[in-house]
Amino acid sequence: MKYQTVIGLEVHLQLNTKTKAFCGCPVDFGQTPNSGVCPVCLGLPGSLPVYNREALNSAIKLALAFSCQIQEHTKFDRKNYFYPDLPKNYQISQFDLPLSRNGYLDIASEGKTKRIGITRVHLEEDAGKLIHETTSSLVDFNRTGVPLLEIVSEPDLSSPQEAFDYLTSLKNIIEYLDVSDCDMEKGSLRCDANISLRPEGVKELGVKTELKNMNSFKGVKDALTFEVGRQTELLEAGSAMSQETRLWDAQKNETVSMRSKEGAKDYRYFPDPDLTVFIIDQEMVSKTKAQLPELPQEKMQRFIRDYGLSEYDAKILVSSKKDAEFAEECIRKYPGKDKKIMVNWLIGPLLSEANSRKLNLCQLNVNKDELISLIEFVENQSVSHLSAKLVLTQMIDSAKGAALIIKENNMLQISDTAELERIIDQAILENEKSVSSFKAGKTNALMFLVGQVMKKSAGKANPKVVGDLIKRRLT
Amino acid sequence: MAIDKETVKYVAHLARIELEPEELEKLSRQLHDILGFIDKLSALDVQQVKPASHILPISNVLREDKPHTCLTPEQALENAPGKSGNFFSVPKIIE
Amino acid sequence: MDLNQLTAHELLDKIKSGETSAKNILASLYSRIQRIEPKLKAYARVKADNKPDFIPQESGLLSGLPITVKDNICTKGLNTECCSKILGNFRPPYDATVINKLKTAGASIFPLKANMDEFAFGSSTENSFFGPTHNPWNLECVPGGSSGGSAAAVAGDEAIWALGSDTGGSIRQPASFCGVVGLKPTYGRVSRFGLIAFASSLDQIGPITKDVEDAAILTRIISGYDPNDSTSVNQDVPDYTASLGKDIKGLKIGIPKEYFVEGMDPEVKSGIEEAINKLKSLGAVSNPVSLPHTQYAVPVYYIIATAEASSNLARFDGVQYGYRAKSESLIDMYKKTRAEGFGEEAKRRIILGTFALSHGYYDAYYLRALKVRTLIKNDFDAVFRDFDCIVTPTSPTSAFKIGERTADPLKMYLSDIYTISVNLAGIPAISIPCGFTKEGLPIGLQIMAKPFNEEMLFKVAHAFEQNTEWHKIKPRI
Repeated sequence: MKYQTVIGLEVHLQLNTKTKAFCGCPVDFGQTPNSGVCPVCLGLPGSLPVYNREALNSAIKLALAFSCQIQEHTKFDRKNYFYPDLPKNYQISQFDLPLSRNGYLDIASEGKTKRIGITRVHLEEDAGKLIHETTSSLVDFNRTGVPLLEIVSEPDLSSPQEAFDYLTSLKNIIEYLDVSDCDMEKGSLRCDANISLRPEGVKELGVKTELKNMNSFKGVKDALTFEVGRQTELLEAGSAMSQETRLWDAQKNETVSMRSKEGAKDYRYFPDPDLTVFIIDQEMVSKTKAQLPELPQEKMQRFIRDYGLSEYDAKILVSSKKDAEFAEECIRKYPGKDKKIMVNWLIGPLLSEANSRKLNLCQLNVNKDELISLIEFVENQSVSHLSAKLVLTQMIDSAKGAALIIKENNMLQISDTAELERIIDQAILENEKSVSSFKAGKTNALMFLVGQVMKKSAGKANPKVVGDLIKRRLT
Repeated sequence: MAIDKETVKYVAHLARIELEPEELEKLSRQLHDILGFIDKLSALDVQQVKPASHILPISNVLREDKPHTCLTPEQALENAPGKSGNFFSVPKIIE
Repeated sequence: MDLNQLTAHELLDKIKSGETSAKNILASLYSRIQRIEPKLKAYARVKADNKPDFIPQESGLLSGLPITVKDNICTKGLNTECCSKILGNFRPPYDATVINKLKTAGASIFPLKANMDEFAFGSSTENSFFGPTHNPWNLECVPGGSSGGSAAAVAGDEAIWALGSDTGGSIRQPASFCGVVGLKPTYGRVSRFGLIAFASSLDQIGPITKDVEDAAILTRIISGYDPNDSTSVNQDVPDYTASLGKDIKGLKIGIPKEYFVEGMDPEVKSGIEEAINKLKSLGAVSNPVSLPHTQYAVPVYYIIATAEASSNLARFDGVQYGYRAKSESLIDMYKKTRAEGFGEEAKRRIILGTFALSHGYYDAYYLRALKVRTLIKNDFDAVFRDFDCIVTPTSPTSAFKIGERTADPLKMYLSDIYTISVNLAGIPAISIPCGFTKEGLPIGLQIMAKPFNEEMLFKVAHAFEQNTEWHKIKPRI
């Protein structure tokens, strides 16, 4: 029996506003517990909430970036439940009139483009942090009240890989919007997953399992992969499955059931009487839409169109906003007619340097003018491509300019035919066998001979010129 | 509408209030009477009426994203029935 | 007359002329409290050797004049417990906005807080954790509630003036029972920041005073837009004292027929009728009007108010402040703390409110109540199109005996019938003394006006007051 996987993801995103959702406590509160709090976020008796204008703006931006429909009349509701990290024992959230609905995110996964529906994006506030000790639990309210967005996807994801790709694309766009640090390790992006399996061809959804406690995109993928395996086994054995919540254990690489809670929770949602309605009219929407930056998809298309990049290369460049900006500036500044030359340097040697140092392109601190200068050395045959790559490494390590490094290391190519003829003479003398091979028609032998010249000249000979000279000599 | 003891017990649990059996008994009777009285509302036809979630015609009340002075941990913890260093302390949460 | 027997405006004149100071006024209050507080019990947490060493800052408009504050309004560094066990020893690290405004105006905050029904749940102050307050006119009677302590203190001259809070009549009804003036401002007129919430869409802080002029002065000081309260309205605050001393010729008064029904105390009925005649003799014109949804006000209130309260009171759980029961686990701590910390009425309302919001009942109860609330508001809007104000009794009876209604919660709820609609509609209303029963218990006259028209209330109330002597009569304790 073949089973189809159905996955939906719920992402909680911390906004990077300066202050909390409903009070002026700074979001960046430092290490001391309970030092970034006030009567409002502590939920002290008598305190009242007032919503952060910047948070609303960021939320509308994000909703528009995902093509959601903005709710013209939106409001906050109270979600009532008891937990020590929730000072008021209710969370200010949104229930039936969320900020936005019915959006989508197009992802490229496993060679295809797929549209993943976004059910809703709504506003809420974060809870505090709990530390569990042996006989007690400790509460730190610094994080309560930090503004959150909840982004809920439709159950349109069909594999753990798609889930991973969805998260990567989501993060990419959020990064471009600059509304959140979206760092799973720091907790500014959190993700829960819902997964169910159904026999292929069946329309009804299977029994849903909720997965929590994944701390990275890879963790999400691994947890989902494990679940697919676990659930397939259960279904094939004919075991009954019940709706449950499971926690991902990254050490053991497995999901563990949380002790089942008392049925469905009754949150007793009702409109929060302490907050007014928010009317988001067409004018506000248009104004915010105009403020949206160029998003990754758009930029990618533009790079393909304007700079002749391949889709593959363009995708690499836009995967980081700062890298895309750096790359574009380099391309713009490059004076040569063929921009592809600069592009190849960016995608090739620079990206390679970045990857080996585990940095982004823009973090290499390469001076754009120096880079252009280096490329020009190569283009006018003064320096070999091989040497230039070494120069680049040194430019990054020492922050010295290209010309200086080339001079210091004596890397200028020898293109002077007279000098080259002398070295070629030597090479021919020492490698009679290769000479005979070449004369006999083996073209590899030419490569070998060129290589020998390169060696004797400590890499400084211009290999193209050498090749031509040898060919003329021997034929 | 009748409200039975089971419902009162469930609702008391939602509200995290422990009720003694006599309390449960008494409360159930009283709530039953009160709800009976409240039921006169069901006689009204309110289909076309908008709910008055807010009595004031104000909207879009927002504040600027500017930081204020926070409380110190000492101030925050001043009234705490249980604390440990700069944390509030509560009995262990048993899932 | 002793200093403590005077009104705020009389004392302010004396302070200005150098005749007295806030220090002397305080001494006069302490001495009064020493003598009669054991009988009245208007204040919470009074110690036997009570002589707080409190030195007033004698500056600003009010020159240090002391004001008594209800125990549900946050006063920094001063215990604010809503007269509940569960908030025992809570000292807020901040002042309510109204307290800030009073301090800026030069008031001193009296160091004893006024007694009240726990969390404002009640109409008699019998639900206080500290025991009931006694009515200065008859110590066997309740002072009304939930601001019974504030009203009794003012009536008994243990306070010059006081702040109360009103969700369903909690300022007006005790003012009526105690023969003093009590005003509930328009919803949104006065900031709720720092008022420990009962029902967020209904609560307002307001003055309880010896006469209308004091109420006008105090209302002006505490009113105004507060950026910390999303439900506070950004509208200029007029000088309400400018509405005093005006004549009311030609003023159109509506008398709702639904407020003069069976069960009404005949003495209250005749007292109100006489008061209306007095207003007519001053030139006002009265006509019957109808507020057809009046009979639904009490049930609507008891759904909306308890639903909001059940959520507002969820934070009282022993975690951050107040009472915490001995317990082994967290869930135990929640359940026992709230079982032991809340009084009976609080538990009853929280459970009723939780029920009204719970799955399966939300539409039939909460949502329906919100819709009927719209109908009630529409009733008032319609009347105010043709009338300047509405006049009614404040309460169907005068003060009842302590213990008389505690066995039947429903009977207690029904006594709010005249005050409750005002909160549901969000309009302002004032209660002023207009007579006494044969037994010497005060009768209160209620005047209602359209939103943000407190000026109308002061105009009519002052005209009535200045042409009668009721406000000059004091209880003999």
